Amino acid sequence: MSPSVRLQEMIRVIRGARTQGEERGVIQRECAAIRAQFRQADNGTRSHNLAKLLYVHMLGYPAHFGQMECVRLIASPRYNEKRVGYLGAMMLLDEKQDASLLITNSIKNDLSHSSQYVQSLALCTLGCMGSAEMCRDLAPEIDRLLRASNSYIKKKAALCAVHIVRKVPELGELFTPASRSLLSEKNHGVLHGAVVLITELCERNPETLEQFRKAVPELVQIMKGLVMSGYSPEHNVAGISDPFLQVRILRLLRILGRNNETASDAVNDLLAQVATNTDSSKTAGSAVLYETVLTVMDIKSESGLRVLAVNILGRFLLNNDRNIRYISMTSLQKIVQTDHNAVQRHRGTIVDCLKDQDASVKRRALELSLALVSAVNIRSLMKELLLFLSSCPPELRAHTTSGIFNAAERYAPSQRWHIDTILHVLTTAGGDVRDETVPNLIQLITTATELHCYTVHKLYRALIADISVQSLVQVACWCIGEYGDLLLRGECEETEPVQVAEDDVLDALETVLQSHMSSPATRGFALTATMKLSTRITHNVDRIRSIVSIYGSCIDVELQQRAVEYNALFKKYDHMRYPALSTTALGPVSSTAGGDLLDLLGGLDVTPGETRSYHVTRPGKTLGPNYRLFMTFVSHSHPPQSVQLQMKAPSGDVIPAHGLGQVTQTVLLNNPNKVSLKMRVRVCYTSQDFVCQDTVQIDSFPSPAW
Amino acid sequence: MVYREMSALSGSLWTNIKNKRCGELMPIRQMYFLLLLSRQGKLRLQKWFTPVTEREKKVTREMTLMVLARPPHSCNFLLWRDLKIVYKRYASLYFCCGLEDQDNELLTLEVLQRYVELLDKYFGNVCELDIIFNFEKKAYFILDEFLVGGEILETSKTAVGIAMEEAETLQETMEEYMSKPTY
Repeated sequence: MSPSVRLQEMIRVIRGARTQGEERGVIQRECAAIRAQFRQADNGTRSHNLAKLLYVHMLGYPAHFGQMECVRLIASPRYNEKRVGYLGAMMLLDEKQDASLLITNSIKNDLSHSSQYVQSLALCTLGCMGSAEMCRDLAPEIDRLLRASNSYIKKKAALCAVHIVRKVPELGELFTPASRSLLSEKNHGVLHGAVVLITELCERNPETLEQFRKAVPELVQIMKGLVMSGYSPEHNVAGISDPFLQVRILRLLRILGRNNETASDAVNDLLAQVATNTDSSKTAGSAVLYETVLTVMDIKSESGLRVLAVNILGRFLLNNDRNIRYISMTSLQKIVQTDHNAVQRHRGTIVDCLKDQDASVKRRALELSLALVSAVNIRSLMKELLLFLSSCPPELRAHTTSGIFNAAERYAPSQRWHIDTILHVLTTAGGDVRDETVPNLIQLITTATELHCYTVHKLYRALIADISVQSLVQVACWCIGEYGDLLLRGECEETEPVQVAEDDVLDALETVLQSHMSSPATRGFALTATMKLSTRITHNVDRIRSIVSIYGSCIDVELQQRAVEYNALFKKYDHMRYPALSTTALGPVSSTAGGDLLDLLGGLDVTPGETRSYHVTRPGKTLGPNYRLFMTFVSHSHPPQSVQLQMKAPSGDVIPAHGLGQVTQTVLLNNPNKVSLKMRVRVCYTSQDFVCQDTVQIDSFPSPAW
Repeated sequence: MVYREMSALSGSLWTNIKNKRCGELMPIRQMYFLLLLSRQGKLRLQKWFTPVTEREKKVTREMTLMVLARPPHSCNFLLWRDLKIVYKRYASLYFCCGLEDQDNELLTLEVLQRYVELLDKYFGNVCELDIIFNFEKKAYFILDEFLVGGEILETSKTAVGIAMEEAETLQETMEEYMSKPTY
């Protein structure tokens, strides 16, 4: 029985296995047999056994024990054994394997073999898996073969040289002379190899690049010949003569023409010719045209040619073939910065591609659309982007939302538009937005003072519609807590008036508090908002009190701590409640923070004659993570002897972000002689590794205080 | 000094492929692999043009799942890690190429097309089974006459066939010679 039938028989048996286990069993048996055969003396079946092993390897099973067999077979004098041996080497022996070095000598011998097919095996293998060492060793041989008289060998030697240059770039100098002369070859295979080799050499060595610039006219001639030539059955692909060679030549011309006026000039005519004469109805022609466009955009071409190139890309955008639309957008993406206006002209088509069914095309269209946003087109383009967001594939949502936010931030025509856009995104895809969205939106809302009423109404309506989107719910809670009075007032310029009762608002917040969908952070927001409302509503303070006291025994520690503190505000420090919960100013680093402190200390309801304790609470409404806080009271003037200051330890040294907690520090001032006092309060804290400082001056304490 | 590094599996395979010369990033235009997959994801041919460990090869499983999941009439290009994948389905086989970012994808489609045509022409209407049962002869040897190191070796439609025939003749002659009894 011929051994090769045994190979096919083995394949048949493996394929016939019904389960993975059965397959493994068959393969184990076969491998054991193969191993045994390898250990025996040469019996003429070695190549077939190796072939079986390669099949097994392709299925994913280990085959390293075949490596030495490859080495042996390569050294065999028989062609069929060499062939399988070299194939095995390419599959099992990459340069990371020690055994690969062992074949260097065989390759060297085979490179000088009398049969070109043996030489070709060696060249092919070296060109695929040769290590740097092997390349250094054999480079002179390859150079010799580059000058051989045989086209078959020359073309293989050229690509082998390409591999060598990639592995050991210094060896490029060795091949430069030979590669230059290869350009005069007629054989397309050799020519193609030569062009690839020259490209590789020029990309790695600027001197070589200079040298080969002189070859530009020759390359132009070759290219012209291809474009204008008649039908050649050997090389014709859909009406284009050897598109592979054409593309490689264009690429080489691109490298040679880059940053060089002379070379670019010499190529301008050719590029125009190719651009106008190439039939792009099939992929082959489009490939050539595409490479032409890339070349035009990369070298110093005339402006007319650039316009032609962008128009070609625009035409590609309208092509029925998705692939062509895709690569058109890829190219437009590369030039959108430098030729922005030209690309803008095709904005309509690009935006249409957002609606394409294909995920790859959609992705490209999204990238390009985001790059095309400008102050002029922001409104219309944002409409399209928001429409896209509602139906876009999940893997693109995060990218889309952040792109929309960036665009909105840069080009928002009005604050109301900006807020509306962000709210729209949160409603559509709130689960895919970045964490900073919530504090950023809060900051935006805070600064848009005329829109507070509008915003709170809008957010309230969004909240009662749906509480599943955490980011939206958090912002809504914060807003209601902050501007709840505006909500309850009823009228609003920008939207239709709607009657919202205090109970409705508290219902909404309680729903959030109790819902399973709410994350701990969200519930924190809701609780704080509820508490804040106690100073903004009139009738339902008791309800708030009861909500807060319930959460005093909540399992969630954060929530519990917060509720306990709020409870304390109700019980012991009710006089502090209003100042502590009044409308907060902007973040800590701004200058109005001092005023914030003053709010906290002013409006105190005090009874005279006693030591007064002042509690300073700093609600953590910061935009970043935790604060470290320490407070110093600094006397403005040298304090009289009689005044005593006692500072107690703060309740904590870290304020959670996002208004999720606060730190209280008690200071006892004893002023028995009722001296008028001025004080400066300095709060130092670190926020996100920055050390910050706020200072406020208290010029007078309320006189009943003493 | 130009160098290229391939980072480890756990980090980012295929990223960190840099080619620095005097601090500039230079692109490598290269095909990294060519794989033939069945519809069930079984490998029928794998040609790697760059040294890759067995573990790293297994990572491409992720890519093959992406390709197999594509609906018909999709775009033939997709991004996987930082490689471009160009794939085309012919009957029950998916031909997948992994390319560096600078390559011309449309031309790669033509490369795949040409490879299929070569198989078809030389073996006469080749199907997946042919490739399975004669993988070494019918898939690899022809591939090695068409691509070397990820670059096209021969652009002529007929030259590859001629080379294959002559090699086969040489092989048969040798086999015949070897099987003759020695006197």
